[in-house]
Amino acid sequence: MTNNDSIIKIEHLSKAFGDKVVLDDINLSIRRGEFITLLGPSGCGKTTLLRMIAGFLKPDSGVILMEGNDISNVPPHRRPLNTVFQRYALFPHLNVYDNIAFGLKLNKVQSSEIEARVRKALKMVSMTDYEDRDVNSLSGGQQQRVAIARAIVNRPKVLLLDEPLAALDLKMRKDMQMELKQMHQELGITFIYVTHDQEEALTLSDTVVVMSDGKIQQIGTPIDIYNEPVNSFVADFIGESNILNGTMIKDREVEFIGHTFECVDEGFGNNAPVDVVVRPEDIYIIANAENAKFTGTVKSCIFKGVHYEMFVETDKGYELMLQDYNAFEVDSTVGMFIKPSDIHVMQKERTCNVFEGKMVSSTDVEILGGQFQCADCGLKEGDNVYVSVNFEHIELMDNKEDGTVIGEVEFILYKGNHYHLTVLTDSGEKVYVDTNDIWDKGDIVGISVNISDLHISKKV
Amino acid sequence: MKILRNILNYLSRRSTWALPYAIFLGIFVALPMILIVIFAFTNNQGEFSLINFEKFITQPEAVNTFVYSIGIALVTTFLCILLGYPAAYILSNKNLNRSQTTAMLFILPMWINILVRTLATVALFDFIHIPLGEGALIFGMVYNFLPFMIYPIYNTLQKMDHSLIEAAEDLGAKPSTVFWKVTVPLSMPGVMSGIMMVFMPTISTFAIAELLTMNNIKLFGTTIQENINNGMWNYGAALSLIMLVIIGISSLFSDSDEQSQNEGGII
Amino acid sequence: MKKFFAQTYLWLLLALLYAPILIIGVFSFTEAKVLGNWTGFSTKLYTSLFAGGVRHSLIDAIENTLTIALIAAAVSTILGSIAAIGIHNMRGRRRQAIFFLNNVPMLNPDIITGISLFLLFISLGISQGYMTVVLAHIAFCTPYVVLSVMPRLQQMNPNIYEAALDLGATPFQALRKVIIPEIRPGMISGFILAFTLSIDDFAVTIFTIGNEGLETLSTFIYADARKGGLTPELRPLSTIIFVTVLILLIIINVRSRRAARKQENI
Repeated sequence: MTNNDSIIKIEHLSKAFGDKVVLDDINLSIRRGEFITLLGPSGCGKTTLLRMIAGFLKPDSGVILMEGNDISNVPPHRRPLNTVFQRYALFPHLNVYDNIAFGLKLNKVQSSEIEARVRKALKMVSMTDYEDRDVNSLSGGQQQRVAIARAIVNRPKVLLLDEPLAALDLKMRKDMQMELKQMHQELGITFIYVTHDQEEALTLSDTVVVMSDGKIQQIGTPIDIYNEPVNSFVADFIGESNILNGTMIKDREVEFIGHTFECVDEGFGNNAPVDVVVRPEDIYIIANAENAKFTGTVKSCIFKGVHYEMFVETDKGYELMLQDYNAFEVDSTVGMFIKPSDIHVMQKERTCNVFEGKMVSSTDVEILGGQFQCADCGLKEGDNVYVSVNFEHIELMDNKEDGTVIGEVEFILYKGNHYHLTVLTDSGEKVYVDTNDIWDKGDIVGISVNISDLHISKKV
Repeated sequence: MKILRNILNYLSRRSTWALPYAIFLGIFVALPMILIVIFAFTNNQGEFSLINFEKFITQPEAVNTFVYSIGIALVTTFLCILLGYPAAYILSNKNLNRSQTTAMLFILPMWINILVRTLATVALFDFIHIPLGEGALIFGMVYNFLPFMIYPIYNTLQKMDHSLIEAAEDLGAKPSTVFWKVTVPLSMPGVMSGIMMVFMPTISTFAIAELLTMNNIKLFGTTIQENINNGMWNYGAALSLIMLVIIGISSLFSDSDEQSQNEGGII
Repeated sequence: MKKFFAQTYLWLLLALLYAPILIIGVFSFTEAKVLGNWTGFSTKLYTSLFAGGVRHSLIDAIENTLTIALIAAAVSTILGSIAAIGIHNMRGRRRQAIFFLNNVPMLNPDIITGISLFLLFISLGISQGYMTVVLAHIAFCTPYVVLSVMPRLQQMNPNIYEAALDLGATPFQALRKVIIPEIRPGMISGFILAFTLSIDDFAVTIFTIGNEGLETLSTFIYADARKGGLTPELRPLSTIIFVTVLILLIIINVRSRRAARKQENI
C-alpha cells in the first residue's frame, strides 16, 4: 500500500472525555475506494473516531490527514466528506427533495443541475417519485435511503456511515446491506462504516478494524479477522469460538484440552503458554469414537436452522461448542478431530496479573487502591514494587464489603473448563481472574488475595 | 488573526449563545433580588441596620395584617382544594366527562386580567345586592384562583397510569378504598403545586382586597405597596423579604420542577 | 346517575366562574352608567370606546398596553430562543445556575418582581417610564419563552444540526435553515404567551411605570376603580379582551392538539 493510495491517514489520535480515555493512540490508513468498517462493542470508541473524521469532535492529540493535508482543525462544513447518521437526522421541516438538495443549494449549484443530481440520487436509492413526500411520513428504511441519497448527492470523497442500519428490522437490514455494497461499487468512493454487528462488518467490508477500549485490536480483511484473530477478544467478538488455554510444545505441535495436536503455527518457542481458538464448525464429529483424535459426551443439541449446535464434554473434562449438519443424540459418546489448519494459535497477552504498588509497611502492600497483607520479604515502607498474582489466585466475592478492593466484572471469556474474567477495579485498573464460578457482566464484586499468593519484587 | 479566529470559534459554540440572556438575567433578576436584601438590611442613610425588621415587629398593625393575610390565604387555599379537587377528578375521569372543552373552560379564566375579573366580581355583588366585605373578599379570591388549583390536579390525574386503579380493583379494593388509597396519594404532587399556585398569589396580592372590600380590609401585599409608594423603600424591601421567606417555606412542600412544568404546560 | 351529578357539579362551578364575566358582557350592550340597570340594547358604549373623544386617556392606555406587549414579546422571543439554544448545549453547573435564575421570575410573586425591579431602577438612577416597563416585561416574559422553546429543542434529533454542518452549512446557516424552522412552533407559542402575560400584567407594571402620567390598561382600570366609579366603557373593553383571549386560546389549543396528533402519527 503506497502513500498515494491512502485517502485518509490517522496518526496517534487520542481523545478523552474528562478522565475517560475513549481513543488511545489510534493509527489507521484508509485506501481510496475502500469499504472499511470500524467494528466493536458499544463504548469502544468507534463512533468517536467517526465523529472526529467528520469534524464534530476535535482530537486531544494526533492528526487526521486527508490526501496528505491535516484536516484536524477544519470545521465539518469545509470537509469534503458526508455522513449518514444512525437516526437518519433528516430535516423534518423539508420534504424529500429539499432534504437531498440541501447541500447542493448551500454550494450554489445551478438549479437545473440540482434537479438532475437529486433525481439521480433518488434513483440510486430506489426512491424515485418520492420527491414531494414529507419525510415524517416515510418508514424507517425509506428515511434511511433518503439520508444516504442526501449524503451521496454531494459527491463526497469519503462517505461516513454511523450504524446506518441499526434501527431497521432484520429483513430490511439484510436488503440494505446488499444495496450498500452495490452502491459502493457503483460510486467508487471510500466508505467508512461503523457497526457493532460483526456479521454486517464481515459481509460488507474490504477491511475490518476491530476496536475495543479505545484501541485498535486488529485490522484485516474479513477472512483474516475471522480465521486469524490476533487475540482472544477478537476471537470471542467475531463469530462463535472455543477459546482455550494451550501450550506450544514445539513448532507445529500444540497441546490443549489434554491432547496434543498437529498445527501449522511456528515461532512461539518451546513450551510457551498460548491461547488456542477453534471455531465450532471446524471440529469434526463422528459417531464412531474409536478412530477419533479425542472423544466426548454430547451434553446438548439444538437445531439452529441450517446446522445443529452442540455442547460436548470431552474425555478430559473440557466443554466445547460444535456445529454440524447432523444431530447427535444427547448422552451419546462421539469422536472428534480437528484439522491442523483449523487450529488458531495466539500469543497469550498475559500469563499473570502484574500490578504496580508501594509497600506501606514490611508486611503490607498498597495495590489497586487498597492495602493487601503480604509475607515479609525484606522490603521497607515506601519501596515501589511490582506485585504479580496468578489469575486463579484472585478471589472474587459476592459481598463486595468482604473484599479488600471493589471491582466490576467487565468481560467474560469461557475457556472450555473455566471462565477468564476481566474485572475493572474502582482504581481503574484491570484484574484478570480465572474462576469456575459463574458471574455476570456488570456484577460488582469484592476482590481479595491470599497472603501467600502475592509475589512481590522491588521496582528497579 | 488568530485572536479573531478564537473569538469566532467561541461564538460558534452554541453554549455561548446563552451568554446575552445570562447577562440579562444577572442584571434584571439576580441584581434586583440582591437589592431587596440590601435595602431590607439598611436604613435610609444606606447604613447596615435591622431597624426595618424592628419596626415590623413593634408595629402591631403590620403584624396583624401579616397574620390576617396568611389566614385569608390559608382559607382560600383550603376552599380551592375543597371545590377544585372534585372538579379536577370529574374532568379527568373518562367515565364522568369526555369533553376536553369543559376542561379548557375551567382554565380559560386564568388568562383574563385579574383586575377585570375582580371588577366583574364586584359588579356581580353589586348586581345581587350583597355588601362588600370579608365574605366578598374570600369569594373573590377563590373565584380568582380556583382555576390555578384545578389545572395542576387535573394534569396529574390525567397523566396517572390508569392500570394502577385497575390493579387496585383487581386486588379487591372497593371504589372508595381505591379513591383514598390510590388516586388521592398519586395526585398529591398536583395538589401540592395547586397549593403553591393558589397560596402564593393570594398572600401576595394587592389591589384586589381594596376593590373587594371598599378599602375596609388591607392585606399584606397592600401594606408593602403603600410603603413603597410612600417612599419607605427600605421598610418595603424588608416586608417583601418577609413575604419571600414565607413563600420560600411554603414552596419547600412542593417540588419546584413540578411547578414550572405545570406552569409551562398551561397552553 | 353518578355522571349526572358530576356534570351538574361541573356546570354549576362553571356558571359561578363565568357569572361575573357574563354580567359584564351582557351589560356592555346597554348605556346605563350604573352596572345592573338595563336601559335597553345599545352599542353606544362600544362606539364611544373607539370614538375616543370622551375618554382619551383610555385609548392611550390601550395603545400603550399593546405596543409594550408587542415590543416585550418580540424581544423576549428573540432573547429567549437564542438563550434556549445556548442552554440546550450547556452542561453541568452553569446550566443549573441559568435554569435557577430563569425560574426566579416565574416562581416569584409579581409584587416581588415589581418591587425588585423598582429598586433596581431607582438604584441605577434610571427614570421610570415606558422603557422601564418594557424592560420589566421582558424580564418576566423571557423565562416563559425559554420554557416553551426548550421542549422543541429536546425533541429535536440532536444530529440534524451536525447533518447541516456535514452538508456544508456554516453554523449560522445551520441555525437559520435547520434549527429555527424546528423550534418555530415553540417560538410562536412563546411569543403569544409573552404577549398575553404582558397585556395581563398589573403588579409589575405599577411599580415600574413611574409617575409621569403614563398609563397602561391595568393601571388605568386600577386608578379608575379606586376613584370608585367603574367607567362604563370598561364593560365593552373587558368583553372585547375576554373574547380576544378566548379566540387566542382556541388557536393555541388547536395548534398544539394538531401538533400532538402529528407527533402520534410518526
